[in-house]
Amino acid sequence: MKFGEFGGQFVPEILIQPLRELQGTYRRLKDDIEFREKLDYYLKNFAGRPTPLYFAKNLTEKIGGARIYLKREDILHGGAHKINNTIGQALLADYMGKVRLIAETGAGQHGVATAMAGTLLGMKVDVYMGAEDVERQKMNVFRMKLLGAEVIPVDSGSKTLKDAINEVLRDWASSFEYTHYLIGSVVGPHPYPAMVRDFQSVIGIETKKQLLEIEGSLPDAVVACVGGGSNAIGIFHPFVGDRSVRLIGVEAGGKGMGIGQHSASLCMGRKGVMHGMLSYFLQDEDGQIAGTHSIAPGLDYPGVGPEHAWFRETERAEYTAIGDKQALKAYLELSRTEGILPALESAHALALAIELAEEMEKDEIVVVNLSGRGDKDLEIVMGALK
Amino acid sequence: MIHRPALITYITAGDPDLNATLNFMLTLDKYADVIELGIPFSDPVMDGKTIQKANIRALESGTGVQNVLGIVEEFRKFSDTPVVLMSYYNPIYVRGIEKFVRDAKEAGVDGMVIADLPVEEAKAYLDVCGMYEMATIFFAAPNTPMERLKTIDEISSAFVYLVSAYGTTGIRQDVSKLAFYLIRRARKICKKPLAVGFGISKPEHVSELIKAGADGIVVGSALVEIIERYAKNATVKIENKLRELKLAMK
Repeated sequence: MKFGEFGGQFVPEILIQPLRELQGTYRRLKDDIEFREKLDYYLKNFAGRPTPLYFAKNLTEKIGGARIYLKREDILHGGAHKINNTIGQALLADYMGKVRLIAETGAGQHGVATAMAGTLLGMKVDVYMGAEDVERQKMNVFRMKLLGAEVIPVDSGSKTLKDAINEVLRDWASSFEYTHYLIGSVVGPHPYPAMVRDFQSVIGIETKKQLLEIEGSLPDAVVACVGGGSNAIGIFHPFVGDRSVRLIGVEAGGKGMGIGQHSASLCMGRKGVMHGMLSYFLQDEDGQIAGTHSIAPGLDYPGVGPEHAWFRETERAEYTAIGDKQALKAYLELSRTEGILPALESAHALALAIELAEEMEKDEIVVVNLSGRGDKDLEIVMGALK
Repeated sequence: MIHRPALITYITAGDPDLNATLNFMLTLDKYADVIELGIPFSDPVMDGKTIQKANIRALESGTGVQNVLGIVEEFRKFSDTPVVLMSYYNPIYVRGIEKFVRDAKEAGVDGMVIADLPVEEAKAYLDVCGMYEMATIFFAAPNTPMERLKTIDEISSAFVYLVSAYGTTGIRQDVSKLAFYLIRRARKICKKPLAVGFGISKPEHVSELIKAGADGIVVGSALVEIIERYAKNATVKIENKLRELKLAMK
């Protein structure tokens, strides 16, 4: 399955069969009543779903434009939307008889969510993390260890998220018989982008229902940050058929537009093939993948999910970038007006939503996916405010 | 392209630099039936530590796709031994499949093998290779089903590259049983020559596999490891290694 020309399965031959096994199991289970019930049970009682759709009254009044709603994924267990996907995939892995989970993590959020889901189901969890990220994110490394996971530092390449993914793929090529690769975003070879999207779509499904109850209407715009793009796809997807709803993805503009200074793959990258998918990547003329930067560690990835590439190509969604400084400003703004610390990733979406709301009418509605909480970013913010 | 028993030797282009690569190729040429030349890539997911490090060394020495083609052109002044480019798909895709294959052909490349391009994604590439008479080589793995083996055989014009075990490239103590099972299955259904690679470093590996029915052996990490250790001065050690392996083929 592809999204237009995007996506696909660009992997070494060894991984074709494990992907087929996953695809087959997922296809069989996704509408299976028992599986759905189990998933719903854990989403409700373990993760804390449904999350509120919160009307940001103070912020709305301060801006004086469109009504701003926040989808409160930050309230979830683990502090971010990541758990929606890890519970789903861990259950799937259990059905497939896999006893070990492997995952990549950049900032550590997905690693933590994988550790939680794995421990819940009694599985061995090994998390690959770039050696540089291990150094930068000591607290999350410690959290993963407390949750029973092993953290394996990755010394190859640029020692960050993309190299962690490479290393998981290498591990999987020899361990797939008993191991599930629990990918953390809507990236990678098929069926991962579609499967992770399905698990994350609960965000948008709830949002739509909640807003119809509160306002009796659809939103005018939905805004979400995009690294790999899982929280954005999750909230966008149920609105794709509602043509009146603007879908806006916000990438990390970082420190500037030079290569290595940002992570805006859709805004600044070009088509390429890596991590099993055809999508947009930040790269040089020879196809060597470039370095990235963002103040938000979760956006620090040189590629993007293939469905986003497709949304951009078909103009169903718009993509733009917000820089480190604006994101930081939005982080402080929400903290002071609403008493909510947003994740720096989500602050990118928030910054754009604030700009947008200013230009919109008072009876219009903007929904922001507040994909995670900002407690994890205290050190970064402290450093930036010095 | 290959006749039993064939020795196929892999090195990464530009490791430790381009001049050294040309020298190494001339050394390989004395023993090898095919020279497989790796295009360095920033994210080599199919490769183990040894070749990963070679990729980094090559990129750090400034090796780009154009340089690799230049080396082949240079090599062609001395030898007509077949050269096969081994690449990840992105450098090919980004250059444009047709431009890449045409340029490679003009430089004197005989065939190509791509680490992360499975059958399903290969249509455009196959069309172009057909057009420019570029020989194609595809991987088959121990878990590749029969039906798929057949397809892989059909689209591989030069030979089928059998992956000896699960995991990545890199030296292994012994040849996995999986390699023998795969050779047995492939022998049943494949019409093209079969070359076995991944983890092969010792003479006994080579003789076991040839005896089991392999038409060719691919040696990579064992050579790259020598280059890692001795850098530009690796030629003598490479030659010793190749002599040893070649002897085991008889």
